[in-house]
Amino acid sequence: MTVVHPNLDETKAKISARDVSVFYGDKKAIDGVSIDIPTEYVTAFIGPSGCGKSTFLRTLNRMNDTIAAARVEGEIMLDGEDIYRSKMDVVQLRARVGMVFQKPNPFPKSIYENVAYGPRIHGFAESKHDLDAIVEKSLQRAGLWNEVKDRLSDSGTALSGGQQQRLCIARAIAVDPEVILMDEPCSALDPIATAKIEELIAELHGRYAIVIVTHSMQQAARVSQRTAFFHLGKMVEYGRTTDIFTNPLEERTKDYITGRYG
Amino acid sequence: MSMALLLLLAIGLGLAGWLAARARAWSFRRSGTERLAALPSYHGWYVALWIVVPVLIFIMIWSAIEPGLVLQSVLADPAAANLPTFDFQRNALLAEARNVATGAAAGVYNPAAQPLVEPFRTALAEFRWIGAIGTLLIGFAGGAWAFLKVKPDFAARTKVERIVMAMLLLASLVAILTTLGIVASLVFETVRFFGMVSPIDFLFGLHWGPDPMANAANPDPTRYGALPLFWGTIFIGAIIAMIVAIPLGLMSAIYLTQYAHPTWRKWLKPLLEILAGVPTVVYGYFAALTVAPWIRDVAQAVGITNASSESALAAGLVMGVMIIPFVSSMADDSIAAVPQAMRDGSLAMGATKSETIRKVLVPAALPGIVGGVMLAISRAIGETMIVVMAAGATANLTVNPLETMTTVTYQIVAMLTGEGSFDHPATLSAFALGFVLFLVTLALNIIALRVVKRFREAYE
Repeated sequence: MTVVHPNLDETKAKISARDVSVFYGDKKAIDGVSIDIPTEYVTAFIGPSGCGKSTFLRTLNRMNDTIAAARVEGEIMLDGEDIYRSKMDVVQLRARVGMVFQKPNPFPKSIYENVAYGPRIHGFAESKHDLDAIVEKSLQRAGLWNEVKDRLSDSGTALSGGQQQRLCIARAIAVDPEVILMDEPCSALDPIATAKIEELIAELHGRYAIVIVTHSMQQAARVSQRTAFFHLGKMVEYGRTTDIFTNPLEERTKDYITGRYG
Repeated sequence: MSMALLLLLAIGLGLAGWLAARARAWSFRRSGTERLAALPSYHGWYVALWIVVPVLIFIMIWSAIEPGLVLQSVLADPAAANLPTFDFQRNALLAEARNVATGAAAGVYNPAAQPLVEPFRTALAEFRWIGAIGTLLIGFAGGAWAFLKVKPDFAARTKVERIVMAMLLLASLVAILTTLGIVASLVFETVRFFGMVSPIDFLFGLHWGPDPMANAANPDPTRYGALPLFWGTIFIGAIIAMIVAIPLGLMSAIYLTQYAHPTWRKWLKPLLEILAGVPTVVYGYFAALTVAPWIRDVAQAVGITNASSESALAAGLVMGVMIIPFVSSMADDSIAAVPQAMRDGSLAMGATKSETIRKVLVPAALPGIVGGVMLAISRAIGETMIVVMAAGATANLTVNPLETMTTVTYQIVAMLTGEGSFDHPATLSAFALGFVLFLVTLALNIIALRVVKRFREAYE
């Protein structure tokens, strides 16, 4: 069913999904998706609206648990451990698999408190000094430190949209995750802010396994090395980003990337 | 009787005007080449309003002056010459004759009223005719004036809309003017009271015990210290009741919004809101007959011998239960209004449900929750029945919740229904108490609305 390009190099899978299906009540939203996601590369999920790419992304940190009617079948392994069935609970899972949302959603707290939130609930910092260090490091990695270091006590919601999104990335980084899921992180941002986020993804690449859902094919081409094309709940094609965009094997993929639909 | 007839007449005239104007506008539309500036029915409404509004104003004025005119014409009658000059008897006779003449009474009780019946009857009939003719004249005049303006290019729609707006404005002014009237009457009586007892004695005195039988001209200011009442009100309504209502209301709101299954919530929420619909008298029974004796028994069981069967605690506890719905429904609304994105953001960080609630949802919803608590407090301190039935009547400046205590509202009732004459300072003190209560609840409401408004601005 999924066409996988032959010239993928061997990588160790950080997350590996096998035959994953997601149901909303009786409706099947995701149908038998299998994919290996490595740490070395940024993986992009593309596809038309409603194709299930965001739904699949949310199964990777069990955010679908908050929807009562959603049910997941198949297995999803994080470092070989099944995240739905092993004794790992969602709190531990989400500390390892962070998420950035479509719309920046900083808490109505200070910038410092936003970043300190995760380390606090997971008990990462023994002292105020440790916490300060984590906050500074996270903001630096998110490329926000120089802009906010003099106003850490200002409200996070007072920042611009692009800064808010980088604050959310800093917040995710602060708990030192292994994977960062990004659900259309730039769709609410202007081109300049988008460029900054894309630069940031390039910098974070390699340190974390990054999965990004995007509507923009240019963005997928710019930031990712692996691309999966989703259509009607199925993963149609998966391969190196350059292969997907220059040499799609499936008719539907070709139609989508040439703009014939979606 | 004649009023009803006049009103019917007004409605009939209005209907006729409506039909005539509409027909005329239709005829323009059929014959003319020009487009009408408004729908025919708007022309109809324009004329109808020009008939009905002036006629109603006339009827209002007429019904105010007509009795006087009737009386004058009766007094001009020779039969009225030998009426007694003493006001009370004279008015009784006149009223009696009038009642017989209008048919409200079957016959005269006092034969002296009999000769006046006939003049009354003629005068009433005469003025009824005058009223009807006046109504017709004014209706026709208004209608004709408006009807002549019905032309194809006449902007009847804008005019009608403007009149409708004016009527709506009038309707909203009624409520505001009534409030102003209440405040004015309170202020007036309060000023009278403060003319007899100094505000300093009233607001800061420690002893409350007005004697309605004492000499009104020279009241004892030491008996008018309202501080124990203010304390009782705050202790029962803002402290004990809130200790019950805030945690219970908040926790039930959190349960309902975050944990309850949707069908369970669908049943529980209205059930909780029924609490707000129970008449306060019923809460009063419950407080007086069940809670207060129970508290006394418990207190005696643990060795407090002088526990009273009426206590601030009983009233406060029941009042707290009563205002749970105020707190919980405001808290519920404001927690539900926190964007889903906040919740997701926190959960995605690996926070548990309860951490998310404590650290993100409640702080974000805090202004709304505070607003709800303020409204609940202003409701609690204005509450009367529970206090009347369960807290007692003795003004008592104490922090012991097991003792009997009284509140501002209770004393207002007691002073107004007491034996004192109306201009006695003891009675007038009720107005001063009411005025203070009004100011406090007004302030609380304003603060609550401000706080809630700030919260709304943050999220919409």
